[in-house]
Amino acid sequence: MNDKFVVGYDGSEAARRALDFAMDRDAAQGATVVIAHVLEWSPYSFLTPTELEERHMRRKEELNRAEKSIITPAKAAVEGKGVPVETVLRYGHIADTLCEVADKMEAAQIFIGRNGHSRFGSRVFGSVAGSLVQTAPVPCTIVP
Amino acid sequence: MNRLTQRAALAATAFLLFAGAAAAQEQTIDDRINAVFSGATGWFVSFIFSPFPGTSFPWIVAWLVIAATVFTIYFGFIQFRAFPHSIALVKGDYSDPDDAGEVSHFQALATALSGTVGLGNIAGVAVAVGIGGPGATFWMILAGLMGMASKFTECTLGVKYRNEFEDGHVSGGPMYYLTKGFAERGLPGGGILAVLFSIFCILGSLGGGNMFQANQAHQALTGVLGDYPGFITGLIFAAIVFVVIIGGLKSIASVTEKVVPFMAVIYVGTALIILIMNADMIGWAFGQIFAGAFTGLGVAGGMVGALIQGFKRAAFSNEAGVGSAAIAHSAVRTKEPITEGFVSLLEPFIDTVVICTMTALVIIITQQLVIDEATGNYLLNEAGTAIRTVGDTSGVGLTAAAFGSSFSWFPTILAIAVILFAFSTMISWSYYGLKAWTFLFGEGKTKELVFKVIFCIFVIIGASASLGPVIDFSDAAIFAMAVVNIIGLYFLMPIVKREVNSYLDRLKSGEIKKFKH
Repeated sequence: MNDKFVVGYDGSEAARRALDFAMDRDAAQGATVVIAHVLEWSPYSFLTPTELEERHMRRKEELNRAEKSIITPAKAAVEGKGVPVETVLRYGHIADTLCEVADKMEAAQIFIGRNGHSRFGSRVFGSVAGSLVQTAPVPCTIVP
Repeated sequence: MNRLTQRAALAATAFLLFAGAAAAQEQTIDDRINAVFSGATGWFVSFIFSPFPGTSFPWIVAWLVIAATVFTIYFGFIQFRAFPHSIALVKGDYSDPDDAGEVSHFQALATALSGTVGLGNIAGVAVAVGIGGPGATFWMILAGLMGMASKFTECTLGVKYRNEFEDGHVSGGPMYYLTKGFAERGLPGGGILAVLFSIFCILGSLGGGNMFQANQAHQALTGVLGDYPGFITGLIFAAIVFVVIIGGLKSIASVTEKVVPFMAVIYVGTALIILIMNADMIGWAFGQIFAGAFTGLGVAGGMVGALIQGFKRAAFSNEAGVGSAAIAHSAVRTKEPITEGFVSLLEPFIDTVVICTMTALVIIITQQLVIDEATGNYLLNEAGTAIRTVGDTSGVGLTAAAFGSSFSWFPTILAIAVILFAFSTMISWSYYGLKAWTFLFGEGKTKELVFKVIFCIFVIIGASASLGPVIDFSDAAIFAMAVVNIIGLYFLMPIVKREVNSYLDRLKSGEIKKFKH
């Protein structure tokens, strides 16, 4: 059996805990870890003319930066433990995009870390964990 | 060249300092700037607005309307046929999810709109209705609907012939399609047209994209704070524009860009509430609009007067055929340039057919224009140039009075909206002007700085001069862009036709599909 475990990973402490947790489960089940990093993006945001002009250039820079400082170190850590690993780097709404990735890869589970915002903070800014739990197409593990 | 431009920058800065110092000593600096300004630009304005011999119909208005009609017919009423598809494109139904993070159709449209939605919709419409009567609204809507085809043509070309630089940034607009498109078709003269366009674009960016905005922002402020000299508003605005475009303080621009759409929603929302409150008058208002459109109802110039005002304001507000939007739209990420053409045709619709019409309806329904009870015609003011209004207001003052008659607090909101709209339009136009400038003189820090300093100086002049000369020069410069741009569009429209036919065929055959989101 070769299940895929999608781990929402942003390089934070919480994300690292989720990755460790998923790796432990992986090692036991022989599954593949999919490190998914989503750059927050809405196609309905408002930009200035200069931002429009530079968008393509900035996107390249952002992708390079994310690949280098977030994806590569995490991938190395997983490989170091001898767990099979894949990576995904996408733009979009974080929870929605993680669901799409899981759906497309026919993943068995999604793992994410929890930042532990206050209830008020989550109400105002929304919480990735909250929306993921409500919309995820597969079982979802939230690591505190 | 470099030394020359640096010298020019120094001279410009010296002028700025001089203007500031002189203003401190001389209270009538506004009058002086006004006199110098009208003297310097009068010939240009008279040329652009010269009427056909023996009539009072300016040739430039005919030029724009004929172009919009030609494009409408040539593309088989594309603005109506493609309207639902345009909305699907903006929603992102046809956007490849792998392109997320690139400029979306929505973003290109929103940015282009923030350059056009502005004072034209608030003050410009008031000027049109104030001079041309309610009938001007009819011609304005008609011009808006036709203008959708012009916008479609120019924005498609803007994307098709943009320059994509190695570092990934893009530059597009009429300058580029005039040179590259003409070369591709083996036509001569593209280079000359591109240079002419750039010169007029720079003038337009200083006129309608700058001085008119500063001027009306000052009027809006005096409406709330009481009268004070215009150069003070000018200096403050110039300072803020300076930090944004020269100091690179992007956060101010970003915040404005986000607040402006909300202001537009508040504006249209309030207008709708006023219309609902006066629902029984809506039928009467449309009656006035139709009657005025064909008889003039006593306005200066009669039916032709109403028509000219309506067409002029529509063109000035939505800029269809002017070429400016092609610059803003060209940054979108798409494999099909025609899709941006479809999206851009929504711009005159939102700007003119929706927002401008709201303003006009509110002014008419709140009965700001004085009617002669005996004849049912509108009474003219003492000079005989415009309709007499209740509080003797004009421009943005008339709009404020109309909205204020229903909600006393609205003039304050309107003043904030005007200032924000003015500011976002200035930022957009400083970009358009800069693109034209760098097309002429090449890219480079010093060269760009010279333009930006000149731009800031014109903010002060605009706020200080009185409405008449400023509005005339603004219109003239923007229409001059349209002269060159439309010549180019006529020659390049077969290219757009090929694109649109190929695209629509593939859409029909199912080759172009919606993406699952």
